[in-house]
Amino acid sequence: MDKRYIEENIFKFLMAVSGLLIISVLLLILGTIAYKGLPYLSWEMVTQPPQNGYYLGKGGGILNAILGSLYLTGGATVLALLISLPVTLYLNVYAKKDSVSVYVTRFVFDVLWGIPSIVYGAFGFTLMLFWGMQASLFAGIITVTFLILPIMTRSMDEIIRMVPGPLLDASYGLGATRWETAWKVVVRQALPGISTAVLMAFGRGIGDAASLIFTAGFTDALPSSLGRPAATLPLAIFFQFSSPVPQVQGRAYAAALILTLIILGVSFASRFLTKRFTRHIVR
Amino acid sequence: MTGIPPHISVRDLNVFYGKDHALKDISVDIPNKKITAIIGPSGCGKTTLLKSFNRLLERADNVKVTGQVLVDGEDIYDPKMEITHIRKKMGLLSQKPYPLPMSIYDNIAYGPRIHGEQNKKKLDKIVEHFLKTASLWEEVKDKLHGPAARLSVGQQQRLCLARGLAVGPEIILGDEPTSALDPKSSQHIEKRFIELKERYTIIVVTHILRQAKRLADYVLFLYMGRLIEHGPAQAIFENPQQEMTKEYIFGVIS
Repeated sequence: MDKRYIEENIFKFLMAVSGLLIISVLLLILGTIAYKGLPYLSWEMVTQPPQNGYYLGKGGGILNAILGSLYLTGGATVLALLISLPVTLYLNVYAKKDSVSVYVTRFVFDVLWGIPSIVYGAFGFTLMLFWGMQASLFAGIITVTFLILPIMTRSMDEIIRMVPGPLLDASYGLGATRWETAWKVVVRQALPGISTAVLMAFGRGIGDAASLIFTAGFTDALPSSLGRPAATLPLAIFFQFSSPVPQVQGRAYAAALILTLIILGVSFASRFLTKRFTRHIVR
Repeated sequence: MTGIPPHISVRDLNVFYGKDHALKDISVDIPNKKITAIIGPSGCGKTTLLKSFNRLLERADNVKVTGQVLVDGEDIYDPKMEITHIRKKMGLLSQKPYPLPMSIYDNIAYGPRIHGEQNKKKLDKIVEHFLKTASLWEEVKDKLHGPAARLSVGQQQRLCLARGLAVGPEIILGDEPTSALDPKSSQHIEKRFIELKERYTIIVVTHILRQAKRLADYVLFLYMGRLIEHGPAQAIFENPQQEMTKEYIFGVIS
């Protein structure tokens, strides 16, 4: 047989195997969580905070952690967006392409991306001590903002970099300022990518436990104020797994299932919302 | 020189990209309300010259421009000039049409809106008027709020023409505006140019000699960043004075 023909088939085989591998890993994870968690998932679990003896198998739920996670990650995502959108627009619309500031900014965010989340936790903790704060929702939001900022900024940056130059010229050619061009043309053109970046950051933030142990703390109470500690889902999963009671361990899987469903839900919602704008995109 | 009052006067224009000397000592007058074609082989600086007229050159890094470009007697490279004011005077058509990522209607209304027009009825009128001028109205009047990106390339180029005209420019700049289009759409654009030269000064960069012959009243021939020869189209095409112009027009160099 022709050598090139064999090469082609070997490569196709490799691609098929890797594809299958990725899909089966995903299905295996989802399957395990669903199989072990579904029997313990109940209406009570998503509508009530833990009651006395919850961690020994008694009644209640993890509404404290669900709400805590949503508030905390939601707040951090909004804050991070408020910082990363201007930074990316500066990098791609305002700054000169080869300038030192552009190079340094990208490099700094790349380094920040690689820092483990426990280090962000320690950093947030240090800041808290410095300001004399206690573990709180607010401290958690700030810490997670630091954690997801590089992810959001760099993924947004890669997307906005792909906006074609002549499209900017078309806007400038009509007498638009840089701001008008950035806001009305670049952001609209890159909107699907921007929402993906926001989503990635949200997913990273809501799934992280290490940065929150010292900063947001944990509580059985529902989150009521920025200044009070707040529970989060990853920590709720962690504490329940650590329990020797089978009932509580089962609930840990159920909590993991809830976390996964939240991420899926947010993902679908944002796809749906951006679809309306995607039809205007210029290819 | 030609008896026609100039609309743009270029004086000792030099453009550098880093160390690359892209345009060398260009001085020329562009006649008012005529079609001027800039011709020359690839890489000779045609597009650079065109983009120096609305200061789009500055988008690239390390560009240095010296000399003067006077539009209506005002030096557009005077640091006191407002760049949006200069660009509003000119409509630009690029090689490949780039509709903005919005609806057909919003594409046309984009320019008037950023220059302060908010009145919905006036905008409706502007949109209809300029789509008609670009002879696109009949094809799109039922889908004004549909995405501009779904039009054919030929329709997109006419949309870009309408969009450019909607800011009320005096000058239309075309950077090989038909090079991405099929013959039928190219013809469409050429027809519009001939209609429009009654009201606008049109400057077209083209590498198609026949197109330059069909359209141009006045011709600039560039070679390696120098303006070799310029004059009324007939004179350039039928009786070029310079050896290099002859070689280019009769097909020796390309």
